[in-house]
Amino acid sequence: MRLTCPVCGERDRREFTYSGAAVALERPGAEAMPEAWDDYLHNRDNPAGVTRDLWYHEQGCAAWIVVTRNTITHEVLGATLASEAARAGGGR
Amino acid sequence: MRIEGKGLIERGTPVSFTFDGARYQGYEGDTLASALLANGVRMVGRSFKYHRPRGVMTAGSEEPNALVTIGLGAAQEPNLRATTVEVREGLWARSQNRWPTLGYDLLALNDLAAPFLGAGFYYKTFMWPRRFWERVYEPIIRRAAGLGALSGAPDEDRYERAFAHCDLLVIGAGPTGLMAALGAAKAGADVILADEDTTPGGRLLAETIEVDGVAGAIWAKEMVAELAAMPNVRVMTRTAITGAYDQGTYAALETRPYAMARRPGATVGTFWRLVARRTVLAAGALERPIAFANNDRPGVMMAGAVRAYVNRWGVAPGGSVVVFGNNDSAHRTAADLLEAGVHVAALVDSRHYATCDLDLPFYPGAEVCGTQGRRALESVTIRSARGEVRIRADCLAVSGGWNPSMHLACHMTARPVWNADLLAFLPPDGAVPGMVAAGAAAGEFSTRACLAAGLRAGQEVARDLGFKTGDLAVPMAEDAPYDIFPLWQVPGRGRAWLDFQNDVTVKDVEQAALENFRSVEHMKRYTTQGMAPDQGKNSNVAALAVLADATGRGIPETGTTTFRPPYVPVPIAAMGAGASGKGFAPERHTTSHAETEQRGAPMIEAGLWYRPSYFSRPGETHWRQSCDREVNMVRHAVGVCDVSTLGKIDIQGPDAGAFLDFVYTSMMSTLAVGRVRYGLMLREDGHVMDDGTSARLAENHYLITTTTAAAGQVMRHLEFVHQALRPDLDVRLASVTETWAQFAVAGPKSRALLNGLLDAPVDDARFPYMACGTVHIGGISARLFRISFSGEHAYEIAVPARYGAALFTELVSRAEAMEGGAYGMEALNVLRIEKGFITHAEIHGRTTAFDIGMQRMISAKKDCIGKAAAARPGLVDEAREQLVALKPVGAVKEILAGAHLFNAGDPATRDHDQGYVTSACYSPTLGHVIGLGFLKAGRARMGERVRMVDHLRGSDTLCEVIEPVQFDPDGGRLRG
Repeated sequence: MRLTCPVCGERDRREFTYSGAAVALERPGAEAMPEAWDDYLHNRDNPAGVTRDLWYHEQGCAAWIVVTRNTITHEVLGATLASEAARAGGGR
Repeated sequence: MRIEGKGLIERGTPVSFTFDGARYQGYEGDTLASALLANGVRMVGRSFKYHRPRGVMTAGSEEPNALVTIGLGAAQEPNLRATTVEVREGLWARSQNRWPTLGYDLLALNDLAAPFLGAGFYYKTFMWPRRFWERVYEPIIRRAAGLGALSGAPDEDRYERAFAHCDLLVIGAGPTGLMAALGAAKAGADVILADEDTTPGGRLLAETIEVDGVAGAIWAKEMVAELAAMPNVRVMTRTAITGAYDQGTYAALETRPYAMARRPGATVGTFWRLVARRTVLAAGALERPIAFANNDRPGVMMAGAVRAYVNRWGVAPGGSVVVFGNNDSAHRTAADLLEAGVHVAALVDSRHYATCDLDLPFYPGAEVCGTQGRRALESVTIRSARGEVRIRADCLAVSGGWNPSMHLACHMTARPVWNADLLAFLPPDGAVPGMVAAGAAAGEFSTRACLAAGLRAGQEVARDLGFKTGDLAVPMAEDAPYDIFPLWQVPGRGRAWLDFQNDVTVKDVEQAALENFRSVEHMKRYTTQGMAPDQGKNSNVAALAVLADATGRGIPETGTTTFRPPYVPVPIAAMGAGASGKGFAPERHTTSHAETEQRGAPMIEAGLWYRPSYFSRPGETHWRQSCDREVNMVRHAVGVCDVSTLGKIDIQGPDAGAFLDFVYTSMMSTLAVGRVRYGLMLREDGHVMDDGTSARLAENHYLITTTTAAAGQVMRHLEFVHQALRPDLDVRLASVTETWAQFAVAGPKSRALLNGLLDAPVDDARFPYMACGTVHIGGISARLFRISFSGEHAYEIAVPARYGAALFTELVSRAEAMEGGAYGMEALNVLRIEKGFITHAEIHGRTTAFDIGMQRMISAKKDCIGKAAAARPGLVDEAREQLVALKPVGAVKEILAGAHLFNAGDPATRDHDQGYVTSACYSPTLGHVIGLGFLKAGRARMGERVRMVDHLRGSDTLCEVIEPVQFDPDGGRLRG
């Protein structure tokens, strides 16, 4: 499997560390209800199809990236920097 | 028998080899199979289950019968195909699955018992008594069935791993592959052309076909030379592509020629990871057998393989050959045999409409319905409308048609597509992204069609990748149509084999269908058809056809089993190349490593780091003596310990303080420059992730430490928090763990030691407890932190790593002059347990700040990672297990980490569990054993007595619950 790091280009999967769904970008505020925290911490979809997840380019540029891929076809549809996704509203 | 004047072997270079103890001669360029056939050796092995005599059947990696063991001792390699083993001087080979000899195999009795040994035999028979399975049945079956054996000695062969990238990977170097490579390479694409054979050319080496007016083998040789001369082409022979994976990744096994592999330091092969933007699958096709009674005798071969032995190796596989088929391949074999001067006793064509102008007995509309012979083929029975005739023959060449080699196209779950005209499965389009199949692999069977398809595919790929293609002509070659008439099995008495490697017959497949194993995947598992190395290469389609017939379905509805990597067997040693011994895991050494080893300290692993356990001195015979001395040394004089393995993260920027406020529970932005603060990091779920110190080196500059074990995890976490949650903060992070060598100098004489070394001495006023700042040693700038992990007046001093070794030696020798010295991990652990300091034994991932008594460190004035979740009622429940210390108060004086705690009157069972011990040691300072652990509502139970029980090690100790901080609870020694 190969992922395209927005900084470094296409690299082997083994340079990256996987870290679950990109839901982690949507951290509730300090005053959020327990349900919101529960969803954020524990509840994850398990989609058959397109999914967005977080990878860390640990053996490369140390960028956290959001990879869009298809769990059925294994197609990698794109990757963006987590910082950009966060600034675009995915973060706080 | 050799045929004069035929073949591509080096007749000037004879080699002698041994098979089953007998010496034979072959030539350079022979395979073991061709050389054995040339010497008239027809029986080369015994079958898997029935121990039937078997001979060479094919001429490639699909060989199901001729499996041999090569070599002796540690280098012994079992289950190699004689058809792919290159003959060389001194080659030592032997047959498998027979005892005592190939000719007289006692277990051939299995064959007589065959009526009882059909599909499902073991499942039905060895059911009782139950305990017999492991002790009696399985060992007997394992000895009786099976293939070659490993030597049991450590493998001395070394493989290596390598990586390569290309625009186009061409799999197979036959006519299709050569033209595909040429088409793309001429356009400028970076091409890898891989073929599992020793020589590129594919079927061109095995046929009498001409290309552009020259012999196919010569055309191929010239084409390979042209390709190899191009800088953008890599021709990889002896390289089997074994699997197709995501995003154009392919695995390949390259084996080295024997002479090259035996050079000093050389490896026997390479396991490649190839990454290709595009792939042309030009893997050709495999000929399939026809099922008829006793179709497995030595001498029964594939018709295309017979041509290969005649044309490529100059070997006549028999003196009198019958050829049998349902397509034109049989005719081509008969013609080549005649041309080579080999007697063809009959050509049997199941197609009633077939014609033939060869000078031989021709049987159109007829079938071979049986064979005879004891250890090898002696005669063949032919059935036609005129009745049955028996013809003497020592070789029977069979062609049931051709199966395109689309295995790799199906490695990513796609199913092949049935083609009713070709009577074959074809690779589905787009099954592996970036891969196209061409030539025989795509069902195009004429040479001209293959050449054209290869060129087209290669040029299309090049254009697709942005290269400009020029005009290239398709070479001239035969363009005969492919005509085939369905024939899967010939009815008749006697067993008819479908899967030769796994000994599966038509009857077995029919039996499976009868017992309702109708799904092809169930049939496969019930009969073992197509399993193991065979992966259906020979047997698949015919077995499916028989199953389809038995279940009243068509072949496309019956479907195929799943194709899985690897395409050819891959030694585990190749996949794991380089990962044994020192290659198993990287080692991280501190700058004090050499000095530490010189002092004889045994090393223990901490993650990838190596750290000293203890520094033994003369007269000390037990590690505890050294450890106790080192603890006393720190408590009463001064000790030196390398703490460079702790993670160090440099954090800079105007928002550094705000960032640390967000990742630590406590306020770090209010820390004064030149001061250090202890900090706790939580995971977002409210549990403790790690602890460490934060030092503010300047207004916008912090240095934090992590535990050794969690350094990577914390760095990853901090980068995540910054990039994904707080990209608004202007801050940068860098790991500087290896940049600085850092040493703890601990004990009442620590300041005296340092002041002897520093350019300017430090004192309490300038350097109080939890101060940090820059100092100088001989003009070299160093960082000094007054922090302590022992409870003593202590410092950590950090210098650029290149000075680490020198500073460590200097510190230790000065400490020794002050009745101190170096201390290791054992003493470090005792010192921190005495002081009630935690490590990852306590913050193991399930404990909260509340559990370790640090809930007040979660600042109310700000948000931080984990704060919301840590406030959940269940995580601050007073009944939770809380950190306590324990000391033995009964006759037993033992506390063991991992043991569980129970109330004194309760039975030691799980439902009465009250907690567990996380750390334990003998404390020379306190004079008794102490432990740290977690006890339900522990903080309210000081002075209570509990039972510590270790069921595994058989220990039962009465303990008193005591405060976690046993040494210097008010911290006077830290400040003093």
